[in-house]
Amino acid sequence: MKTQEMLLNVGPQHPSTHGVFRVVLTLDGETVVNATSVPGYLHRGIEKLVESRTYPQVLPYTDRLDYLAGILMNWGYVHAMEQLMEIEVPERAEYIRVIVGELQRIASHLVATGAYAGDVGGLTGFIYCFRDREDIMDMIEMVSGARLTPSYMRIGGVAGDLPDGFLEKCQKFIDYLPTAIEEYNGLITGNEIFQHRTKKVAPITAEKAINMSLSGPILRASGVNYDLRKARPYSIYDRFEFDVPLGSNGDCFDRFYLRILEMTQSARIIRQALAKLPEGPINAKVPKIIKPPAGEVYAETESSKGIMGVYVVSDGSTKPYRVHFRRPSFVNMGHFDELIRGWKIADVIAILGSFDIVLGEVDC
Amino acid sequence: MENIFVNAAGGIRNLLESAGLPGLAVDLIVLTVIFVAILVFVLLNVLWLVYMERKVSAFIQCRIGPNRVGPMGLFQTIADTVKLISKEIIIPKNTNKKLFLLAPVMIFMPPMAVFAVTPFGKGMVALDLNIGVYYFVALASLSTVIIWTAGWTSNNKYSLLGSMRVVAQMVSYEVPLLLSIVGVVLLTGTLNLTGIITSQQSVWFIFLQPLAFLIYLIAAVAETNRTPFDLVEGESEIITGPFTEYSGMGFAFFFLAEYANVLLVSMLASILFLGGWLAPFGLTFIPSWIWLLLKVYLMIFILMWLRWTYPRIRIDQMMAFCWKVLVPLAIVNIFVTGIGKYLYESVRW
Repeated sequence: MKTQEMLLNVGPQHPSTHGVFRVVLTLDGETVVNATSVPGYLHRGIEKLVESRTYPQVLPYTDRLDYLAGILMNWGYVHAMEQLMEIEVPERAEYIRVIVGELQRIASHLVATGAYAGDVGGLTGFIYCFRDREDIMDMIEMVSGARLTPSYMRIGGVAGDLPDGFLEKCQKFIDYLPTAIEEYNGLITGNEIFQHRTKKVAPITAEKAINMSLSGPILRASGVNYDLRKARPYSIYDRFEFDVPLGSNGDCFDRFYLRILEMTQSARIIRQALAKLPEGPINAKVPKIIKPPAGEVYAETESSKGIMGVYVVSDGSTKPYRVHFRRPSFVNMGHFDELIRGWKIADVIAILGSFDIVLGEVDC
Repeated sequence: MENIFVNAAGGIRNLLESAGLPGLAVDLIVLTVIFVAILVFVLLNVLWLVYMERKVSAFIQCRIGPNRVGPMGLFQTIADTVKLISKEIIIPKNTNKKLFLLAPVMIFMPPMAVFAVTPFGKGMVALDLNIGVYYFVALASLSTVIIWTAGWTSNNKYSLLGSMRVVAQMVSYEVPLLLSIVGVVLLTGTLNLTGIITSQQSVWFIFLQPLAFLIYLIAAVAETNRTPFDLVEGESEIITGPFTEYSGMGFAFFFLAEYANVLLVSMLASILFLGGWLAPFGLTFIPSWIWLLLKVYLMIFILMWLRWTYPRIRIDQMMAFCWKVLVPLAIVNIFVTGIGKYLYESVRW
């Protein structure tokens, strides 16, 4: 029997490429022989655009990187700027940042969990996760006025104090979250078919994960204990008690389940932060016109997808000379082509889903 | 109530005969009327099922579902169908136009043809075929060819992948489906669907053949291409498989035919395992055709429940599950049934 390889173009318009990602597959029947991923369909040139904006004006652009975790993206940028200008952020602002940031992390992981359920064919899990994410979206709207693009952080603090009713709502959500997680575990994680689809699929060894410079849940699913919040605490993360969940096999199931475990830890951090939230100012004394000294800085934070690095070069004017974002999704995708070789088409979708990419971040 | 449809058919026959028509013409007219009635029944059910699926899925997913068109959104399907009719039918380039257009027309044929031999109630069967079970199995597998045609002529790689999957899946799942029914046939000694129902007078076959029922249920889900076996459509992987290139009514036909198939396999499940139109607990004051509908809708609800709870299985896992689990189990079931029947008849054990 004579067989022929087939070239299949998946994306940029495809139901489960999480945006406009494109990957060209060479198929032997259903098996992937070769793969070439083609990112860039959402490229907006943010790094170039911000060169003609003042430093505070850069902030809204960062929302558009990982639009599912806008606040964490804000944080990466303001963190770098604060290091460059040597600003001491007030206590209360740091606590607010942690609370809102961890909420955003939960929201981002909820999207990852739900979308993953959808990717392997169970649409109900998707809706359940989005139902609970809605509560977080409401809270983020309360503090910033926007759902996806909050731009809530400011260089030296946050945009506004927590509004009335936020703390109660947040507390209520944290108390409710374990019930919701139990529901996800019953519906998605515990499902026999789901486990068959994800366990032992596309494992990444710890060594490979480090060599490919992976970060975030994907790295930790391979068993590498590296979470910036623990390894190199920024902000006030050294004051909280939390664990870094680790996977053992580095397969799709570990990558998926790790996010659920991380949600629990984020909830733990929020609970402690809510209890210790001090009074005080929410903004440091920052000059009206921000003119950082000439120099450069590279600062990293742990976003929901991995290590978010921001590199800012200042020439002493009001506008940055150069800004570069190290987007975790983009770096993680570097291993994708190699990883999907030899797996089935259905696995390609499952692997892509387990990477939890956001195209705004991949393409920047 | 019980004999309302049987009497109506008899009434028409008497009327025609008294008008002095020859016997053949009377038969022809009565049969036409019956088949049109079945057609209407199936189409109405399909429209209702689309609505029901949306409501059931909404219920499972903490949503409300359609509620704008008509009372409780009852006319949503009609509105959708009207919209689909008004859509342009796009025919992709370099396709076999005739086959491409023929496939959606043909897709309703297999389920419709099987409905001709299914009993809808006591005495309510259009053709009391002696080989009803064979007829069902033979015709139900025909839809494979039609879906494959649709995928092949679409000239689209996603459609092609879907077509390859449909052939692999249907061929595999016909086997356990057939073998699971063999157990029932062994017990009754007849292939006639009415005969199978009447022999369940004392006990339903779901209690005598629980394993066969489970195998039938799984194979039926695969047969109708629904989650967890919706590999053919596999939305997150291959868009909508063979139906990717279809627009407007072409797509709608495939979509509606899926529900006709759901109705069909649920009906067969009720007939083969749930006692068909027989009333349980001697509740015979409710007409037999209502009992059958109740059982059918119970089955349909189970199928919908499965669909909105489970994720999708992978193609190689599905094939392995079929050939390595379902087929051996079905064969074991046949042997156990045979030995049991032998013991029951010879030893009176």
